[in-house]
Amino acid sequence: MERLVPVAPQNPTAKDRARVDWVHPFEQQTGCKVNTKIAGTSDEMVSLMKTGQYDAVSASGDATLRLIAAGDVAPVNTGLVPNYADIYPGLKNQPWNSVDGRMYGIPHGRGANLLMYRTDKVSPAPDSWSVVFDGASAYSGHVTAYDSPIYIADAALYLMKTRPELGIKNPYALDDAQLKAAVDLLKTQHQAIGEYWSDYQKSENSFKTGDTVVGTTWQVIANMAQTDQAPVQAVLPKEGATGWSDTWMVSSKAAHPDCAYQWMNWIVSPKVNAQVAQWFGEAPSNAKACDQTTDKNFCTTFHAADDAYWKNVYYWTTPIKNCLDGRGATCTDYAAWTAAWTEIKG
Amino acid sequence: MAAGLAVIYLPLLLVLINSLNRDRSFAWPPTGLTTEWWARAWQSEGARSALLTSLRAGAGATLVALVLGTMTAFAVQRYRFFGRHAVSFVVILPIALPGIVSGIALNAAFRTVLGPAGIGFGLLTVVIGHATFCIVVVFNNVIARLRRLSPSAEEASADLGADSFQTFRYVTLPAVRAALLAGGLLAFALSFDEIVVTTFTAGPGVQTLPLWIYANLARPNQAPVVNVVAAVLVLLSVIPVYLAQRLSADTAGGRL
Amino acid sequence: MATDVAAPPVRRGVVRRAAAVLHRHAGLRLTLLLAAPMAWLVLAYLGSLAVLFLSAFWTVDDFTYNIVRVWNTANFSTVFTEPVYRTIALRTLGIAAAVTVVDAVVAFPMAFYMARIARPRTRKLLVVAVLTPLWASYLVKAYAWRVILSQGGVLDWLGKPVGISSPGYGTAAVVIVLAYLWLPYMILPIYAGLENLPANLLDASADLGAGAGRTFRSVVLPLVLPSVFAGSVFTFSLSLGDYIAVQIVGGKTQMLGTAIADNVTLDLPLAAALSCVPVAMIIGYLLAVRRTGALDSL
Repeated sequence: MERLVPVAPQNPTAKDRARVDWVHPFEQQTGCKVNTKIAGTSDEMVSLMKTGQYDAVSASGDATLRLIAAGDVAPVNTGLVPNYADIYPGLKNQPWNSVDGRMYGIPHGRGANLLMYRTDKVSPAPDSWSVVFDGASAYSGHVTAYDSPIYIADAALYLMKTRPELGIKNPYALDDAQLKAAVDLLKTQHQAIGEYWSDYQKSENSFKTGDTVVGTTWQVIANMAQTDQAPVQAVLPKEGATGWSDTWMVSSKAAHPDCAYQWMNWIVSPKVNAQVAQWFGEAPSNAKACDQTTDKNFCTTFHAADDAYWKNVYYWTTPIKNCLDGRGATCTDYAAWTAAWTEIKG
Repeated sequence: MAAGLAVIYLPLLLVLINSLNRDRSFAWPPTGLTTEWWARAWQSEGARSALLTSLRAGAGATLVALVLGTMTAFAVQRYRFFGRHAVSFVVILPIALPGIVSGIALNAAFRTVLGPAGIGFGLLTVVIGHATFCIVVVFNNVIARLRRLSPSAEEASADLGADSFQTFRYVTLPAVRAALLAGGLLAFALSFDEIVVTTFTAGPGVQTLPLWIYANLARPNQAPVVNVVAAVLVLLSVIPVYLAQRLSADTAGGRL
Repeated sequence: MATDVAAPPVRRGVVRRAAAVLHRHAGLRLTLLLAAPMAWLVLAYLGSLAVLFLSAFWTVDDFTYNIVRVWNTANFSTVFTEPVYRTIALRTLGIAAAVTVVDAVVAFPMAFYMARIARPRTRKLLVVAVLTPLWASYLVKAYAWRVILSQGGVLDWLGKPVGISSPGYGTAAVVIVLAYLWLPYMILPIYAGLENLPANLLDASADLGAGAGRTFRSVVLPLVLPSVFAGSVFTFSLSLGDYIAVQIVGGKTQMLGTAIADNVTLDLPLAAALSCVPVAMIIGYLLAVRRTGALDSL
C-alpha cells in the first residue's frame, strides 16, 4: 500500500479536525514537531528515507526489507513502546518487518488486495483469481491490476495454487523459472488490461464508470464505490490474496530518536490507531482499537480480528536473492521484478 | 476559433461542475449537486498553506528569472561574442528537457553539494529548481523587445551626457518594462503549476499547491475539494492575465 | 532626475567612474552580464545533468539498493539491447510527434483568426482566453479529461447523437490530452509570428494575382514556419518527457517518462541511462529546428 512518511490528513475542516487530527495533540503532549511528507509510492518513500531527513517512516512490506538492507532504518526496541503489547500477535516478528528475530518497526495497519467486480457485468460471480488470469479474455479491455512490480506476487500466488508442478511455496520467493511463469501469465493478462491503477481515485472512478469491470482493489475502495452507488462486490478469492501490513520504522539517522519512539507509541495507541485506520481504510493493528472506532461495524468490515481471514493473506514482502522459503540464494530480487514489470507492461 | 475555445474550456467547465458533483469519483452525469465541497475547501488549511507556499516559490523563482533572464537577453542581443548561440541554447534547455530528468539531476546535485554544506531540501531548493526553467521565458520576452528597440534612443541618451547606468534606468528599462511584465507573469505561471521538478526538489513540510493537489486527487474523500480549488484558481487567474494585457503595449500575450 | 542631483558627490563620482569604465570596456560589461546567469545555468543546471549522466555509469547493490560507484556500461547496454525499451522509446516518439502535428493543425487557424481577423479589442480578449487555462492546474485538467474520456463519460454523452464515442483510455487518449494541455504553447508563438507579418506582403501577393491558397503557401507559411517550429519545441519536448498525464488517461500505455519514474528511486543509474534517450532526442530536435530560426521565434 502506498505509504507516507509521517502522515496526517491533508485538509481537515474545522469540523473534522477533532476526529482526524492525531498530529497536533501529539505535538502538544510531547513537544515534538511533526513535519509530514506523503510519498506517492513505496519506491519514492525508499528514496526519501535515503535522504536521512526523516526520523520515522510508515512502510509496506514491499519496501521494508529494502530499507532494512540499506541500513536506512534501525531495529526497534519494542520494550520502549508500551502499546506494542496490544498488537495482534500475527503481525509480530514476520518476514516483512523483522530480521533474525529483531523487530524493525511497529505494525499499525493491514489490508488484503481483494478481487472486485461489477455485479452487472461479470457473471457468474467470481470466487477465483482465474477471472483476471486464465479467464481474463472474456473481459478484454476492462481488467485492472495494481501498477507495481509487487503485483507479480499475485500471479505467483495464483500459480502456486493452480500449477503445483512449478513448486512455488511462497509468492515472494521465485527462482528464474518461476518468475518466468508468472511473467508469462501477466503478459497474457496484459492483453486484457484496460488500465493499471495505483491510487484510490483512479480505481474507484473506473469501476464506477465501467471502464474497469474486474480486478484488484482494497477494501476501502470497495466501500467507497458502494457508498457512491457503484454496483460492485469485493471478495477474498478461494486461492487467498496478497496483502499489506504497514509498519512504522525509525530512521537509523534519526535526529530525534526519542520523538520517533514517542510517535510510534502514539500512533498505535488504541484511539489514534482507530482514527488512522478509519481515515485510511485499513484494519487496525492494536486489538484494543476496535472499541474506539466511531463506526461500530468498522472492525468487522475490515476483518480486524478475524484470524481465519488473514490466514489466507500473503503479506507483501520484498523479494530478495536469499529465498524467503529457505531454498538458498537462488531467488529473483526486487530489481529483477522491477525489470520484469517494465517488460510485462511493454 | 469558437470551436477551439469550446474545446479549451470544456474541461475547465467540467472542473467547475464536478466541484458541485455529489459523487466523490466524478461519475458522469452527476447524480446530484452539493455545495459541501466548496464549504470544505473554504475551511481547508492544507489548501491555504499550500497556496501560500506556491505564491512564495513562484515569487522567488520569478524574481531570479527576471534578473538572470534580462541579463542574458542583454548580453546575447547587444554583444557579438564566441559562444553566443550556445548561450541561447543553454537557456532553452531547462524547459525543453523532461521535467523528470531535470528533477532527478537537481535532486542528485543538491544532495551531493548542498547536503554537506548543511543546507537541506526546502523552499529554497524549489525556488532554485523553478528559476532554472523560468529564465527562458523572461529571456525570450526581453530579447524580442530588444530586437525591435532602436539603439538610437540609447545613443541620444549617451550624447546628452547620461552614463551607462542612467541610460539603462531612464531609457532602456522603460522600453522593456512590458516585456518584463509579460515574461515575469508567464514565469510565475510556469512555476505556479509545476509539479515534477517540485517533487524532486521540495523538502519535508514544503508543499506547493500542485503537490497538494497531487496528494489529494488520489484520495476520493479529498478529490472533490481539489476541483473547487482548481475552479477558484481558473477564475482568479483571469485577473493577472487580463491586467498584463491591459498594461502591456504589445498585443501579443508575451512569449513563452 | 532629482535623485541624481541629490546624490552625494563622492558616491556620484564613484558610480560615474564605474559607468565610464564599463562604457569603455565592452568585454567587462559582457562578463558582468553573463557571469551570474551562466553560473546558474552552466554550473548549477548543466553541472547537475553531468552528475546524472555520470551516475548512469554506476550501478546499484543487489541487496541494499545503494549506489555502487564502479564504472561500467551495463545500464546503457540494457537500455539499448532490451527490446522493451526500444518499443517504449519509439512509442513515446510517436506520441510526441502526433501531439505536435495535432497542435500545429489546431493552433494555426486559431492563431490566424486572433492575429489577422479579430479586431484589436477582441484580439486582447482572445489572448487572455488562450492564456488563462495555463493557470488551471495541469493535474486537474488531466483528471477532467479522464471524466470526458471514460465509458459513458462526457464525450460519449455529447457524441452519441452524432455517432462519436470515446476512444477509451490508451495511447489515443494520451495524444488528445497532451495536445490539449500544450495547445497554448503552440498558439502563442504562431500568433506572435502572424502578428509580425507585414500586411503589405499579403496585399502585394494579392495584387500579383495570387489567391488565398497561393498566398498562404508562398508567403504566409514560409514566414510563419519558424514560429510553428518554435511552438513545436514545447509540444514535442513536453510530450516526450511526460509521465503524469499518461498515468491518468494512458490506460496501460508506458512512455519513457513512466519508465524513468519507475526506476528513479530503486535504480537511479538505470533511470539516468534511460534519461539519456529523451535528452538525446530533444537536443537533436533543438539542433534541427535551430536551422529554421525557430529558437529566435520562441
